[in-house]
Amino acid sequence: MLFDPLVLLFLSSGLFLGWALGANDAANVFGTAVGTKMVSWRSAAIICSLFVVLGAFISGAGTTHTLGKLGAISALPGAFMTALSAACAVFSMTKSGLPVSTSQAIVGAIIGWNFFSHSPTDNAVLTKILSTWVMCPILSGIIAIVLIKIYRFSCQYFTVHMVRSDAYKRIALIVAGGLGAYSLGANNIANVVGVFIPVQPVPSLSFGNITISSTQQLLLLGGFAIALGVFTYSKKVMMTVGNQLGRLSATAALIAVISHSIVLFLFASRGLEAWLSNLGLPTIPLVPVSSSQALVGAIVGISILQGVSGIRWMVLGKIILGWIVTPVVACFICFIGLFFLQNVFGLAVV
Amino acid sequence: MAINVRLFQRTKELEGKVDNFFDQLSEAAVIYRLAVRGYLREAISDEFTARLEHVCEIEATADRLRREIELSLYSNMLIPDSRGDVLGLIETADEILSLLKSSLWAFSIETPEIQEDLNAGYRRLTNMVVKAVDELATGCRVFFRSPHLVSSYNAKVTLYEKEADKISYNLKKQIFDTNLDLSVKLHLREFVDRIDAIADQAEDVADRLSIYAIKRQS
Repeated sequence: MLFDPLVLLFLSSGLFLGWALGANDAANVFGTAVGTKMVSWRSAAIICSLFVVLGAFISGAGTTHTLGKLGAISALPGAFMTALSAACAVFSMTKSGLPVSTSQAIVGAIIGWNFFSHSPTDNAVLTKILSTWVMCPILSGIIAIVLIKIYRFSCQYFTVHMVRSDAYKRIALIVAGGLGAYSLGANNIANVVGVFIPVQPVPSLSFGNITISSTQQLLLLGGFAIALGVFTYSKKVMMTVGNQLGRLSATAALIAVISHSIVLFLFASRGLEAWLSNLGLPTIPLVPVSSSQALVGAIVGISILQGVSGIRWMVLGKIILGWIVTPVVACFICFIGLFFLQNVFGLAVV
Repeated sequence: MAINVRLFQRTKELEGKVDNFFDQLSEAAVIYRLAVRGYLREAISDEFTARLEHVCEIEATADRLRREIELSLYSNMLIPDSRGDVLGLIETADEILSLLKSSLWAFSIETPEIQEDLNAGYRRLTNMVVKAVDELATGCRVFFRSPHLVSSYNAKVTLYEKEADKISYNLKKQIFDTNLDLSVKLHLREFVDRIDAIADQAEDVADRLSIYAIKRQS
């Protein structure tokens, strides 16, 4: 079966969302390291792109499965509009200066599709997703507090020269950044191509004994879109994030990135889910979470240790507002867009 | 891997240079004490001249180290967080070396005639000043490894500086109670001030060090 060029057109909205994700969220992973000049932008971009693609390809299926359960979009134009409305919501919210999450936008857009197609929204899945949005920054904050306590405790027993400690931090930032990029790819790839997976728009490819399924191709393509965003537009955002977080010490910044990466990984790891399940313990849901909010959660955790007065309540208020407004806006845009696509262009969206 | 090896090589070199710089400061202070004692004993002598040259050499070595540290910090983009603090610390500590050198040069050029009964005062003042510099150098070395321990060294620097002030006050009073010519009295007072200024500078550096240490711990 040959590849239909029209498919690429429909996929473009998802790829655009991927590009925006790469441009913005790579800054959460490497922003502080690049902003403080601990890691050069070039190295950060290469490491970030590589690990994003690996994360998306190897571990991206878990979160996409959850999104598929929330709304199994059955037609390519419907998937196109869902991804496009999420991208438009992200764009408009960014323009309004509100912190935005692609994860929340895509969930809102899927619910919009559910409304339009009169498909029932699985309340259990929706509750699971909503609870992770609250859990994500809280968990990230708790991990940051634990890590900083461990760091301070160990500092009393290990005396390392400042210059050597700087070298260790540099390597740790690269490792944490790599882990963060992998987790970002694994967790957030669902936002980029998740809605296209039930449609299976591309045929499987075979190279001898190796077969790359439609899902794997989409994951890979989404990973490349994120990587492209990292390479073409993330530099400016990284510098901004680095300067915004300038008041944090390199250690605090490193701990924030590690906590963020761990949280993203927890919400994307199928292996961990299986392991917890085998032990009879409650599992961590595989849900795309917001990397920005994970990072902010970690920073708030660190700020709590330094005194509650250091917390910027206005920023926190904006984030909470973003949680509510982003999915609502995406849902609304998707509903209107699907209406036009079906009634004006005569395309089957359901 | 190669990048990491290079990074650790550069790190090790810089670590060595920083430690070496503060070793030079300690060493210069000890030689300074020996030089002043020598001068009080037998004025300008071969021994004094040798000590003066030694302090000049140390000062030159420390200057070279300071430049190399600055260059390494900026060209290799090391410790971006604390780079300014480290440079500020090294530059102000370098001024102590300059004061030690210029004080000995002043002895060598102006050859002040110090009375026998004033010797003890000058000796005590020099001891106290050197102790302040020595504690400071140790505090600076500790700052790079265990910033939480810096305060105890800084407390000692402040204590020695205050003692040096007391000694210098009493020594000046003793000078002006003698029957010497006013010009000689002023000349001798000038040397008291020169020696005491070293402890003052050590205290200034210690004050900076306290702030840098607090910053590193936060």
